[in-house]
Amino acid sequence: MTNCLVEVKNLAIGYHNQKGTLIHVLKGVDLQIKPGETLGLVGESGCGKSTLGQAMMGYLRSGSKVLEGSVDFAGNDMFVLTDRQLESIRGRQIALIPQNAGEALTPTLRVGKQIIEAIELNANLTGSAAENRMIELLAQVRLPHPEILEKRYPHELSGGQQQRVVVAMALAAEPDMLILDEPTTGLDVTTQAHILNLLRDIVSEMGTAMMYISHDLGVIARVSDRIALMYAGKIVEDTNASELFKSPAHPYTRGLLGSIPRLDLEGIPNSMTGQPPIPGTLPGCSFEPRCSSVSGICKSEIPSLVSIPGSLHQVRCHHWEQVIEKDFSQELLQVFQKIDHNTKDDPAIELHEVEISYHRPGFMDRIRSLPTPPATVSDITLSVKRGETLALVGESGSGKTTIVRTISGLLPAISGCVKFEECDLTVRIDKRPIELCRHVQLIFQNPDASLNPRHTVAEILDQPLKLYFPKMNREERRARQVELLERVRLDDRYRLRYPGQMSGGEKQRVAIARAFAADPEVVLCDEVTSALDVSVQAAVLELLADLQKERNTTYIFIAHDLAVVRAIADRVAVLYQGRLCEVGTVDEIYSPPYHPYTETLIGAVLVPDPEHEPKLLASDTPELAPPAQGCSFQRRCPYCLPEKCVDITPPWQYPAGEGRHKIRCHIPIEELSAGQEAAF
Amino acid sequence: MTTASPLVEQTTVIKRRSPLVETWENLRKSWAGMLGLVLIILHLLIASTAYAWIPQDPLQMSAEIRSQAPSAEHLWGTDKLGRDVFSRSMVGGRVTIVVTLAAIILAVAWGGLLGIVLGLVGGLADELIMRIVDALLSIPWLLILLIIISVMGTEMWVQTLTFGFTYGILTIRIARAATLDFVTSEFVLAARARGERKWTIVLKELIPNVRDVLLVDGAMNWSWMLLGFTSLSFLGFGVVPPTPDWGFMIAKNREILSIQPWAVFGPVIMLGTLIIGINLFADAFAKALGLDRSQGAPV
Repeated sequence: MTNCLVEVKNLAIGYHNQKGTLIHVLKGVDLQIKPGETLGLVGESGCGKSTLGQAMMGYLRSGSKVLEGSVDFAGNDMFVLTDRQLESIRGRQIALIPQNAGEALTPTLRVGKQIIEAIELNANLTGSAAENRMIELLAQVRLPHPEILEKRYPHELSGGQQQRVVVAMALAAEPDMLILDEPTTGLDVTTQAHILNLLRDIVSEMGTAMMYISHDLGVIARVSDRIALMYAGKIVEDTNASELFKSPAHPYTRGLLGSIPRLDLEGIPNSMTGQPPIPGTLPGCSFEPRCSSVSGICKSEIPSLVSIPGSLHQVRCHHWEQVIEKDFSQELLQVFQKIDHNTKDDPAIELHEVEISYHRPGFMDRIRSLPTPPATVSDITLSVKRGETLALVGESGSGKTTIVRTISGLLPAISGCVKFEECDLTVRIDKRPIELCRHVQLIFQNPDASLNPRHTVAEILDQPLKLYFPKMNREERRARQVELLERVRLDDRYRLRYPGQMSGGEKQRVAIARAFAADPEVVLCDEVTSALDVSVQAAVLELLADLQKERNTTYIFIAHDLAVVRAIADRVAVLYQGRLCEVGTVDEIYSPPYHPYTETLIGAVLVPDPEHEPKLLASDTPELAPPAQGCSFQRRCPYCLPEKCVDITPPWQYPAGEGRHKIRCHIPIEELSAGQEAAF
Repeated sequence: MTTASPLVEQTTVIKRRSPLVETWENLRKSWAGMLGLVLIILHLLIASTAYAWIPQDPLQMSAEIRSQAPSAEHLWGTDKLGRDVFSRSMVGGRVTIVVTLAAIILAVAWGGLLGIVLGLVGGLADELIMRIVDALLSIPWLLILLIIISVMGTEMWVQTLTFGFTYGILTIRIARAATLDFVTSEFVLAARARGERKWTIVLKELIPNVRDVLLVDGAMNWSWMLLGFTSLSFLGFGVVPPTPDWGFMIAKNREILSIQPWAVFGPVIMLGTLIIGINLFADAFAKALGLDRSQGAPV
């Protein structure tokens, strides 16, 4: 293969740890990328994806070194070149788009200036030519009004706009190859779909080759012609996109695909246990400990990357023939399991016309009687039944977390009432009786931040026990800790570990165990799975569902991922700018008629299927404050009726024949559903 | 693919190490830190046992052997009153070390606690007290020390309280700044959402995290305090003569510095080695705790 743009040959990268033993990050990686090809690189975290991406640019993290093999880019061996030579390649022929655009931009320079810098450095243009090119680039990444935007500082742009600016900088010199390291992770679904569309268009316009690194197969399916899966520092499967999603040949691929929640399938996906080993530590196949079809040869012999005859499909598995025989679409149907639980009729949590505001008028504001801005969250009336899971859905800034903070008593509402059974929850947490605190527990998004790094798991679990059950003695608490750990499927040896010694999924389980230590009636889950890998996410969802089944707990579940909500929720409330748009059961929400905002959200969900194209309705321009009057979604709504939506708050409409489903919109239900059924 | 997940996840064997052990192991690798530790321990040993083994009586004056150069009998010579400089230097740190060590513990304790509480509580109390702290810090510290000590007298407990108070003010700021990093973190939020009392949050959640910063800052401040106490002593507000003391020895032999410099060498060497030791140790300690962020290499 001489016509390759990038050729990675038998690459091994590693570093020496503190004790001086060699730890491999990559081992025996072979990969070719042709000019103009888009390759998706997928794997769980810690598989060496980013290391491979950086190695392609001739970059190594400090302390690590190339142990074997080479990276060849357009005829240059990247690890032989001098720094000067590398500089002339990086940025000009190969460019990187990093994960966090906010951190990649200099906060003290206007974005236009930063792009000009990149142009002057890499494209040999100066003066007004560079300026014109900058405006051209901003327009190319579809930023509205480039002349105005280029004068802004990075913090004045939204996450999606920042990402576009970074893309524009990478395109400055029209490179032959783009490396994208999870560029849309952390963005809202709608923004993500827009950015991916943009990338697709740019690649096809300019004929740029692209390597897209992600843990999300839905994203990868959208942007890649070819997909390579990495596991424990090795490529385990490499084939074109449609083939991979139709008949994956490696058990790992099947496991990953099976663990993604889907809009069209009910129930919780299958989870994969365990985590990737350190490359090169196992004598046989590195996936063997987690694989469901193991034989003797897997334990003793390292499989090599073999081509499936008659195709470009390569796989690193001893038993690929057996794996490929099973029809994947049938297998997928079996892995989704619904975990039933009982819902009682009496409400556990009730919110009535709740209004929450972060605005605290100062003394001078009051004297000058400045108008108060519209409340962050307003007019929320919801009730959650005992044993039910209510999901709050919306983009960032939609007030989901604010509502949960109010229920937990961290942020008092300015009006309205919140009730748990018959107890008033409107008061702050420090004024609540301890018994009431015990009944409502909170689980946070990021387990790295929500567990005190200085406490062992035993100490972490001890805190709620000491607080809520002061009569328990040491032994009883210890026994309870073990029981709780067992409930979240962790060995009791975890008691003595610190959070730093556990993986993300394990930490989140400890956080769940801590919430359940209180024996709560209501658990508020704030984006509990969004910081986790897909394979781990499924396990956490399954655990939550099991705990609910055992204890009949009520969940309020916050998520921005509609597929995750579909997997776990009974009822869904869609929020935009702190106002309710639509409330209904899962089935009602996920089928027409939709509120226009719900339609936008569902349309933007990425499905692990290369043929599926997201439907982009509204723009992804975020709003900073809710409108003072009228419909909250008026400014982005594709069907906005200017004479009504701007001034009048829309009424609740109840679609016929659907129990408690309600939609807040001016457009008659019949009109909504007619248009939407035709579209989907 | 429908394998049921095992009831209990298998644990990979991780060597269990408490943070304390880990810090010690990191510290042991740093030769500078170990040198500092050895110097500190040596000084503490000398200060506590010196009276038992010094060759001469440090208070014994003798007209015949005034201002002698170093010799076998008088290792570092004698001062203008004929006292043995070596013996005086060995015992000269006793008061200094005891006072500063007690004062630094006091300073870290009250300054640290107040800083953490202010960081957690915030609001008006925080604003008010921090402005008072700013005001106090704007007065030269030597002046504050001199005023308090000249009013209250030069007893050891007065000096300890004075130094503890003055340096505690510096610690408030450090502790408050370190606390602010954690009060917004989710584990403190989780504790608040559980309904934990403020005091429990301070003791259980904040102190374990702020502790490292306070320890390193305390060690650094100790060396400053040693200099401060020696300066005070130099000005005649330290120990009561004739008790030997480094600062006082330097002050008394200042006039004859050009003709017999060895009379100040003793106390300077002793003070210098102690301060260098403390600084080396504090630096290595901060790195061992992971507070030093310049080390970005993968572990």
